[in-house]
Amino acid sequence: MDALEHVFYAEEVARADGLLQRLDARVKLLGLLALILPAAAARRFVVLEGLFAVAVVLAALSRVSFGLLLKRVWIAVLLFTGVIALPAPFVTPGRAVYQLPWLGWPITAQGLESAGYLVLRVETAATLCVLLVLTTRWNHVLKALRVLRVPAVLVTILGMTYRYVFLVLQTAHDMFESRRSRMVGELTGGERRRVAASSAGVLMSKTVDLSSEVYLAMQSRGFRGDVYILDESRIQRFDWIMLAGFTLISAAAFWWGR
Amino acid sequence: MSATHSNSAETIPVYDVRDVSYRYHQVRALDHLDLRVEAGRRVVLLGANGSGKSTLLRILNGLCFPDEGEVDFCGKPLTREGIESDGFGLEFRRRVGLVFQNPDVQLFCPTVFDEVAFGPLQLRWSEGEVRRRISETLEMMEITHLKDRSPHHLSMGEKKRVALASVLVLDPEILLLDEPTAALDPKSESHMIDFLVRSRGAGKTIVTTTHDLDIAEDIADDCFVFHEGSIVAGALPSQILSDVPLLKRTNLLHAHLHVHKSGEVHSHPHLHRHEE
Repeated sequence: MDALEHVFYAEEVARADGLLQRLDARVKLLGLLALILPAAAARRFVVLEGLFAVAVVLAALSRVSFGLLLKRVWIAVLLFTGVIALPAPFVTPGRAVYQLPWLGWPITAQGLESAGYLVLRVETAATLCVLLVLTTRWNHVLKALRVLRVPAVLVTILGMTYRYVFLVLQTAHDMFESRRSRMVGELTGGERRRVAASSAGVLMSKTVDLSSEVYLAMQSRGFRGDVYILDESRIQRFDWIMLAGFTLISAAAFWWGR
Repeated sequence: MSATHSNSAETIPVYDVRDVSYRYHQVRALDHLDLRVEAGRRVVLLGANGSGKSTLLRILNGLCFPDEGEVDFCGKPLTREGIESDGFGLEFRRRVGLVFQNPDVQLFCPTVFDEVAFGPLQLRWSEGEVRRRISETLEMMEITHLKDRSPHHLSMGEKKRVALASVLVLDPEILLLDEPTAALDPKSESHMIDFLVRSRGAGKTIVTTTHDLDIAEDIADDCFVFHEGSIVAGALPSQILSDVPLLKRTNLLHAHLHVHKSGEVHSHPHLHRHEE
């Protein structure tokens, strides 16, 4: 049930009264994307550091916990990207700044720089992405994708997937609890595999039934293959000001980061 | 079959179901069933689980079609071709609304607002009209505060009200309700019954399936009893509810053990009736 708890927490953050929460989802999507692009292209450390600082300030003004960012983004990205970046200091040609004892492998300044760029780029981009997801309700994120010309049918399918994944998770959880409540002792490996396979089969069958019923419910209310979406949000003056701000920072970062 | 009140052999019924049979693979769900539903009547289909009530509602909603027999809607044949046509199909969907028994089936959108907007958008209403109707419907069902909520955050009672709102937003003339009070807590159940009782003067035709005898008299003008895919009786609710042998035979009434204040434990059927 961790997934459900994470989602409930994210929705709680999205409802908080913070800077990014007050922004229209479309503006937020475009604005944060405008910051991610120069982060991916920057060739100067100072620019990357500046963009990372902007992300941190946005997180603070949006009441997103640093502890959460540290745990879910910064450390996770460092570990994941660190593994990818690890060979760079040894294999990138350049001026050696250190030599590993016993192995004698040289660590080059250029290699360290490459690894640093990679880690900082990913940290900045991931922080901005997580800010978008944490400070925006998922259905608003999906609707905002329409400004990027994502087809309405895809937005609807993603929305329905998001809606039903919780129902399926809940069903799976109930099945698991029901089995556990009737069990005594431990199952052997083979038995566990058999139970898992049969549970997956039952869940699959329930999901297929559910999807058929949902399709009938859609038909019952006039669905004939075409999807229409009503956007209830309105872009306000504050949104335009913030969008201008994001654009300015993005343009400056592109300019200085060349 | 029609209930005893029927005075309109000459008027065109909303539904005229004639000799309809339907099978799910080898299982016969409806067996040569006849039913006539007159305009403006509140009809209750009483039946135990698996008696074919929900299947009939789906046929009345044009979601599935009989293997044998015919169904007329307001004098026109209800066929797959008709439902798929732009003219009759869209008009039918606007005039007839079905509320499913399981609200999780019906609430497939990410938020309550999107859910209620779905029907009007499919029928290509103007944006202004859609917004106006959503606002009115949410207010009427007292769920405006749930507008931005996701269905997985709602209680069963709230889900049922949203499911009903998602159909009522189209202001259908004919409402088909599949077990509307099933799995509801007492407060949510009373909300639903209040709605059905109030709808008496609204001129809507309402077909409700249930096995809850306690509510039948309050929400019905006509009552039909289902048993093994057929209608075995049709009469005024008071007449049906006083026919204990019929209710026992169709598994709608049964004896169960219970304890009285004196401590005596015995078994007999229970039926809640209003004398006035």
